[in-house]
Amino acid sequence: MIRLIVTRLVLSAVLVVIASLAIFVLMSFVPGDPARTILGANATPDLVARLREQLGLDQPLPVQYGEWLAGVLHGDLGQSVLSGDPVAQLIAVRLPVTLSLLLLSTLAISVIGTVVGLGSAVRGGPLGRLLDTVSLVGLALPSYWVAIVLVALFAVAIRVFPATGYQPFVDGPVPWFLSLVLPVAALSLGGITIVAKQMRDSALDVLGRDYIRVLRASGIRERSIVFKHVLRNAALPSLTVLGITVVGALTGAVFVENVFVLPGLGSLVTQATTSHDLPVVLGVGVVFTLVVIVVNLVVDVLYGVLNPKVRVR
Amino acid sequence: MTAIGRSRALSTGILPRVLRKPLGVVSGVVLLVIVLAVIAAPLIAPADPLAQSLRDVRQGPSAAHLLGTDSLGRDVLSRLLYGGQESLAGVVEAVLAMLVIAVPLGVVAGYLGGIVDRIVLRVVDVLLSIPGTIITLAVLAIFNNSMLVAMISVGVLASGAFIRVFRSVVLGVRQELYIGAARVSGVDEPRIVLRHVLPQLRGVLLVQITLFAAATLGIQTGLAFLAFGPPPPAPTWGGMVAEAASLIQIDPWLLVPTGGIIAVTTLALCLLGDAVRDANQERFTFAGSAARRSPAAARAVERPAAPEPSGRSAAGALLAVRGLRVGFGERGAETVVVDGVDLEVEPGEVVGLVGESGSGKTVTALSLLGLLGANGRIVDGSIRFDGQELVGLSNAKLREVRGAGIAMISQEPMVSLDPSFRVGSQIAEAASAHRRLGRRSARERVDELLRAVRLDPSVARKYPHEISGGMAQRVAIAIALAGEPRLLIADEPTTALDVTVQAEILDLLRGIQQRTGMAIVLVSHDWGVIADLCSRAVVMYAGQVVESAPVRATFAEPRHPYTLALLRSNPHDAVPGEPLPTIGGVVPSPAQWPVGCRFAARCAFATDACRQAPIPMVDVGDGRMSRCIRVDALREAVA
Ligand SMILES: Nc1ncnc2c1ncn2[C@@H]1O[C@H](COP(=O)(O)OP(=O)(O)OP(=O)(O)O)[C@@H](O)[C@H]1O
Ligand code: SF4
Ligand SMILES: [Mg+2]
Repeated sequence: MIRLIVTRLVLSAVLVVIASLAIFVLMSFVPGDPARTILGANATPDLVARLREQLGLDQPLPVQYGEWLAGVLHGDLGQSVLSGDPVAQLIAVRLPVTLSLLLLSTLAISVIGTVVGLGSAVRGGPLGRLLDTVSLVGLALPSYWVAIVLVALFAVAIRVFPATGYQPFVDGPVPWFLSLVLPVAALSLGGITIVAKQMRDSALDVLGRDYIRVLRASGIRERSIVFKHVLRNAALPSLTVLGITVVGALTGAVFVENVFVLPGLGSLVTQATTSHDLPVVLGVGVVFTLVVIVVNLVVDVLYGVLNPKVRVR
Repeated sequence: MTAIGRSRALSTGILPRVLRKPLGVVSGVVLLVIVLAVIAAPLIAPADPLAQSLRDVRQGPSAAHLLGTDSLGRDVLSRLLYGGQESLAGVVEAVLAMLVIAVPLGVVAGYLGGIVDRIVLRVVDVLLSIPGTIITLAVLAIFNNSMLVAMISVGVLASGAFIRVFRSVVLGVRQELYIGAARVSGVDEPRIVLRHVLPQLRGVLLVQITLFAAATLGIQTGLAFLAFGPPPPAPTWGGMVAEAASLIQIDPWLLVPTGGIIAVTTLALCLLGDAVRDANQERFTFAGSAARRSPAAARAVERPAAPEPSGRSAAGALLAVRGLRVGFGERGAETVVVDGVDLEVEPGEVVGLVGESGSGKTVTALSLLGLLGANGRIVDGSIRFDGQELVGLSNAKLREVRGAGIAMISQEPMVSLDPSFRVGSQIAEAASAHRRLGRRSARERVDELLRAVRLDPSVARKYPHEISGGMAQRVAIAIALAGEPRLLIADEPTTALDVTVQAEILDLLRGIQQRTGMAIVLVSHDWGVIADLCSRAVVMYAGQVVESAPVRATFAEPRHPYTLALLRSNPHDAVPGEPLPTIGGVVPSPAQWPVGCRFAARCAFATDACRQAPIPMVDVGDGRMSRCIRVDALREAVA
């Protein structure tokens, strides 16, 4: 178990290096001058030269990369080309928004996905068909489109939730929660159906296993069979899928934050991309990578806890 | 090289198979129409996608504008047709990029294996954990919003998962026999790959392409939605959703066609992928599925009208099964697999249930506990246990009988324990299923039960995967004993175990039976086991009981030709050095049961009369029953 975590962490460190290196190498392939691209065709040569220096573009690529990496290790992600603010600070301000979104989504996906999946495995029939339909529709409709429709329904037509904007948690949990209901719903719909389908498939698989028959044959209550034995055994494969959907929700967050005008990392990175603010894009990239690493680590640990075969080693 | 011929035959015909699926046809046609319409946009679009008309602003659908107009009076349909060009091109770019990377790497890793495989898998690990969105956004920032580069990077970043899929397919193909054959015959490797491996990959490739295309369409339109890609006024699908979003308060209609075209295209891709996958699977399980669909399944089986006479009195029986018929499949059209079984067990009696594979022993045993599963049911007959009728009992009532009245142990001990819970907790759970036990008394009961099956109480803390098959079977017996049942059904309890362990388990069962006085129905293929433990043997063939008699008498002079044949083919009586005699022919499957004697096709004594009508069970004296009309001929032959 510990060895597993250490291997994971080492692999993750390698990953951050490779991913960022890839971006740096890509940058060197860019036709023309990034500084000029950023400043536009009308900038004075003087201005361009200053920006080049500021970005470290006058240095050879390996040096640039080494400096950036060294900075990252010290928590310094460089400065925004646009505003001059430290990237780390820009990110720190917006991180809570994205994390709130992600945490609530993870909660919604795992709880609702499990309940619906288990329910449709045990009860079957209409619930199963509903799940199939919803998941097909959820698969087909782009998440940002769903987000807009949710706004149209619940914020414009029957004003139950705020249409856009974010209320910080420190200003009170209720407004915070209300401001996140629609974004989380839009972000979770796809994940819920994926987890629910996986849960249903693995629950059906477990229900067909010999040990379930043995449990029934010893007169164990159906309630205990479903909520103890089936749930526990079906949780393993679903956990892996849950990890994948949570990582996917990171991508979804970029879109959802834009639709709901939430001041999170997703909207930050979109703006930064539009304005060619590469240090910010890279910085958010580092944070996202870290989130992916943490999610995978948590999944691994939970997997170990749930699976006795891993735990022993 | 017939094997290679086979591979050809298999690899053709995905398309015809897909075309046979309504969903596949519909989604394929929809997709084709969309793609063609988008390509032919300049020819078929009703209006110029950029032509503004301030008189026709935000109109709903009409004859002039089939999908209405936007806030600048532009024709929505025309904009969708033109806008699709960028989106579909993006999808093609990403798919091509993915294929260029994933196919060679997947094929090479799967085909060569070894160190190459390991390196590729590491690369895949890295690719899988990179946050793709951010890289794509970074690419957009660097390459000045070039959709082309962005979509290629989407393809590259996604290739990790597909490398894995292709690798595993190639790995499977490589292991197949005919590749080995091709290798031996000296065909060079690139040609093997081209001629035999890639064709096998085709079906999987199609599935993955459609699914990836669906996902990519979402990304492409999403990026356009975020205003990356061609700037306005150029139409893009994602951009049009964004425009619609900004007008949501005044004109919600615009959301429908813009989101709709994306949804319909995505849906068509997904469903087409599903259809192709199903077609693939059919291709490989062709024989199986054909058999499954055979209409003979619903064939009626003739059945004697009245319950047959029984040679034994049922008065004091613990278990009395009468005319049990069990069917699988749809209600009213079941395939009957157990057909009129009578079975009696006295208190404390050990009855052996014998018969070839598929004769219905397990199904009979399971129906006693009402555990036939979702698609099986008792069609007819009666099961009285301890004076109580079990057929038709509610699940809740049956639960009271399970474990406490009738318990069961099965053939595969390793899979009959829940792998996620400790052995002790599973025994404790069974022990407290019928009466409340405190923590402490539960633990004492677990110790006691473990000792009863001659295991050390420390085994309680182990997980099923930490114990051997023999130990697992002891644990299973402990679980079965937990409710102090009066009848134990042991379905081939030793078949899966080592020979040395088999004897121990049988000893254990005998000891427990003698101590507790519970009755046992022992299902077995092994006459030695039956002779050892049982006082009576019940022989089953093709869903029916064909002979029932005291064990000693059965051995000495069987009263049914099938019993005789079974005894002769028994490994325990085999003469060393001589081949084991087997019964010629095979057990007919339930769908092929003949009208007359079901054993006739394999019976040395069969006459025409045997094939005319169902053979009744008859009393042949000495408390013995046989389902044969030529018992006399048999008697002479044996004597
Ligand atoms: N769940 C099921 N659905 C459909 N048919 C089934 C099912 N279970 C068993 N059968 C059929 O019922 C028949 C009897 O099977 P059963 O398992 O009772 O045989 P058996 O005598 O126990 O054989 P074995 O010695 O191999 O265990 C077989 O033809 C089998 O195909
Ligand atoms: S009834 Fe005829 S075919 Fe059937 S077992 Fe007896 S002799 Fe053989
Ligand atoms: Mg069986």
